[in-house]
Amino acid sequence: MLRFEHGKTWLLWTLICLILVFGIEAKSKSDHSHNGHHQNASSITGIPIVTFKWHHVEMPYTVALWILVAGLGKLVIEANHHVTNVIPESALLICFGFILGGIIWGADKVQTFSLTPTVFFFYLLPQIILDAGYFMPNKLFFSNLGGILIHAIIGTCWNAATVGLSLWGCHVGGAMGDIDIGLLQYLLYGSLLSAVDPVAVIAVFEQVHVNEVLFIMVFGESLLNDGVTVVLFNVFDAFVSLGGAEIDAAEIIKGIISFFVVAFGGALVGVVFGLLLSLLTRCTKNIQIIEPGFVFVLGYLSYLTAEMLSLSAILSITFCGVCCQKYINANMDEKSVTTVRYAMKVFANGSETMIFVFLGISAIDKTIWVWNTGFILLTLLFVFVYRCIGVFFLTWIQNKFRLVPLDFTDRLIMSYGGLRGAVAYGLAVLLDENKIKERPLMIGTTLIVVYFTVILQGITMKPLVTWLKVKRATSSDLMLIGKVQNKVFDHLLVAIEDISGQKGHNYMRDKWNNFESKWLSWILMKPSARKKHDHVFDVFHQLNLRDALDYVAEGECKGSLEFIRNETAYIDFRKKFGDDFSDISMPDITIDMGDTTIANPYTRRDTVPSISLEMHEQTMNGLRESEDMNTHHLLQQHLYKGRKQHRHRYSRSHFDVNQDENEVQEIFQRTMRNRLESFKSGKMGVTPPKTITKHSKKDTQQKVKKEMRWNRPTLYSDLPYFEFSEESSASGYTGSIPRVSYTAGVGIENPAFMPDLDPMAPVQIPPWLAEGETDSATVAPSQRAQAGLPWTPSNLRRLAPLRISTRSSDSFVLADTLPSSSRERDELPPPPSPPPSPPHS
Amino acid sequence: MGSRASTLLREEEIEEIKKETGCKLCQNAPLYLSQTSITNPVFNSVFSREDFQRIPELAINPLGDRIINAFFPEGEDQVNFRGFMRTLAHFRPIEDNEKNKNAAPSEPLNSRTNKLLFAFRLYDLDRDDKISRDELLQVLRMMVGVNISDEQLGSIADRTIQEADTNGDNSISFNEFMKVLEKVDVEQKMSIRFLH
Repeated sequence: MLRFEHGKTWLLWTLICLILVFGIEAKSKSDHSHNGHHQNASSITGIPIVTFKWHHVEMPYTVALWILVAGLGKLVIEANHHVTNVIPESALLICFGFILGGIIWGADKVQTFSLTPTVFFFYLLPQIILDAGYFMPNKLFFSNLGGILIHAIIGTCWNAATVGLSLWGCHVGGAMGDIDIGLLQYLLYGSLLSAVDPVAVIAVFEQVHVNEVLFIMVFGESLLNDGVTVVLFNVFDAFVSLGGAEIDAAEIIKGIISFFVVAFGGALVGVVFGLLLSLLTRCTKNIQIIEPGFVFVLGYLSYLTAEMLSLSAILSITFCGVCCQKYINANMDEKSVTTVRYAMKVFANGSETMIFVFLGISAIDKTIWVWNTGFILLTLLFVFVYRCIGVFFLTWIQNKFRLVPLDFTDRLIMSYGGLRGAVAYGLAVLLDENKIKERPLMIGTTLIVVYFTVILQGITMKPLVTWLKVKRATSSDLMLIGKVQNKVFDHLLVAIEDISGQKGHNYMRDKWNNFESKWLSWILMKPSARKKHDHVFDVFHQLNLRDALDYVAEGECKGSLEFIRNETAYIDFRKKFGDDFSDISMPDITIDMGDTTIANPYTRRDTVPSISLEMHEQTMNGLRESEDMNTHHLLQQHLYKGRKQHRHRYSRSHFDVNQDENEVQEIFQRTMRNRLESFKSGKMGVTPPKTITKHSKKDTQQKVKKEMRWNRPTLYSDLPYFEFSEESSASGYTGSIPRVSYTAGVGIENPAFMPDLDPMAPVQIPPWLAEGETDSATVAPSQRAQAGLPWTPSNLRRLAPLRISTRSSDSFVLADTLPSSSRERDELPPPPSPPPSPPHS
Repeated sequence: MGSRASTLLREEEIEEIKKETGCKLCQNAPLYLSQTSITNPVFNSVFSREDFQRIPELAINPLGDRIINAFFPEGEDQVNFRGFMRTLAHFRPIEDNEKNKNAAPSEPLNSRTNKLLFAFRLYDLDRDDKISRDELLQVLRMMVGVNISDEQLGSIADRTIQEADTNGDNSISFNEFMKVLEKVDVEQKMSIRFLH
């Protein structure tokens, strides 16, 4: 296995190298051949059949290639989990970037590719932040918002100021030798280094599962401090351009005002777009297929709008995601929601990978490396030390107000989690070379800080968390009682605050919730979604879905899904008719399935019988009332489609899984089996036609149709026997149907058909199942038919079983080999395919 | 309502309450009470159900009545200041120094178990130390909107019980309740930062 992995890895490496070399060669060649191209074009006289037009596709081709390479790189890295357990993926991706950069450098002698601020801020960053906002645990985020804001605002300012000032102090003290950086430039530099980077934080903390409060503190800070960073950066950038002499109190005040405008304005733009998006998804019922697109487009627009107004774009897109998540999830179709979730992750993960790879590649560039030991080491030191001091001081203040104080280890991890990343690098590249002479040194040092924090701190984070025994995130199972209890706690805390007469945090939340459900939901949510929206019920629904899936999987293990298919018919049906439909059986069944699976997951096999006995009963009850309506649905679901009808169906706006292939397969298998059987029975001398004549008089037209469909003329010859033996077990059904006493052996008992008659034949099916089914589906119809009752199409149920049972190839084989307990074994000469022991007898 | 409304509790009694509830400055507590409509905010005052019911916010709290009930000892219609403080003390956050104190003779009122017991009693109307299906259903009905039908709610209740029920008696005992909420951060979720 390991060798195989190894081989695969090598293969990938080779592939990557090939792609790269190809790309670079093509690019460098294209530069040279550019001039010759036109000459060639003019000299060609005839119509070229094939032309090589690299320039035509150069740009998108390169982009696509890079995405591919980054993706493959990630694949290689993730191939071996022993490595990623120790070293975080982000660090490995940066190292991968180093290697790629080396290759490019070797081929081109100049760094052709590097992370430009435009690409980073416009094409790579937005989706990561949108993802963060959309998946933000809102309750957690807002209940810790105070602390997060303190860190994001004061902490960031503190970092910027102290790093800048200290570096300047050291510069004046002569620790850095001869470099040309003034106080303002140091402050500018400090401000771009001050921000904790969301991308790096997500990447590192996602692998270290610290408890949620700690995570949200670091992560929230990294998102919200962007506003501060942008302002500080812009303000100091302006100051640097103005020059020290021009700065007066008015400018400084303007700077402070601009902070509020930028931060709150950005958030406001985000909220507006979030609300717009929610409103929009209210009315996209008819264009469900492009619904998910709106989420991304509007999210991106909120980012660009904020950028256009020179507000904080990151804050904007964060709040857009935070605001809209609840409403769009409720408004959109379930499938669209799933699409959004996955697409979000694909984009975010992809660009995260790209960012780290390019951070690595950017390092291999001679032009940015100006070494200044003092400057670099002091920067590293100050960044780290002041982060610690800041965090410890701020948490110390916060702890006086926090319900659950952050203890020492939490604070340590928080300060250690101050990772700098691509945002800092992007800002550093944005520096104006004309104004700041030491720009390369700054870029280089920023990169070193990034590497230091992402790689070194990233690697040591996990051991540190383990060593300090930081409270980890508990993997909480989805549980109803937990959810209910949480609600109870909420109400309880509000009540206690009311009683003790203080207006605290819970009071505020309660007020907000009331407001939200009264107004916001009313405006932003579809009426239908609003009606259904209930947290407890959502959880219940999810649990049921999960159980249903488990159940299906379980049934499939046992070889047949036939019983489940019948039940899914119920489910579909229920969905269709909503709550009006008075079929009480379904919820109860799911419940029963649920408890058994939960209560003893290890003994499921044993518990199944009890489930289905339950189900059997329920089916009995529910069957008659729902029969008529149900039948229609069943027919639609289970009848084979005409071959031409659904063949080459393609629709851009509908996405259906085409089941034609399966059907063809089924029909083919069945035909072949029929032929084989008829061949066998012919040999045995059984005469099927006899029975046809016998029953066809009674049978209605449908029956004939069915027989044709089944291609099994003697189908009903066996029923009498079955009914007879079934009499006792089917007692649950004896209700209103008059029983016709029928003696066994009226028809020729032809065991050959038993497997199909009792589709549960594949013997893995437990007894209960067969019992339930034969009662409801097989016996009942025959009784009715013979009693001369109008034929009810619910008989068609049997079609469903058959389809499944034919699929399992062993039904036939097993039927041959298994000992049969039934009597006809004695009566008949070696039966072609004796009835599989009917489990109930 | 106490007749000596203006007189304070004796000093030692206050000390006792302090020790019992862990309230450092519980003299101040009645100040908050006085802001509400609970009358006679003094130590030896006695609160009745009506006093609680007069708080407007409690009227719109879905669990309001249950919570009011929780303040009153079984079968009584009045609660004195001490009892009142004892109930409130369930909601005091657990402090660090308390966590490590193993030698405490009796568990403090705000321990995890006591917090959970308080929550448990909200369901357990007949005080038989079991949450039956009906009891759970009542609480659910209070908290869930009208959009959910009785059948659905019944299934939810069934399922909830079966999640927790380990001995198969179709009800949740306190031990089962504790066990199923093992992972829930009750210390945090059932704590209020009292300003006193």
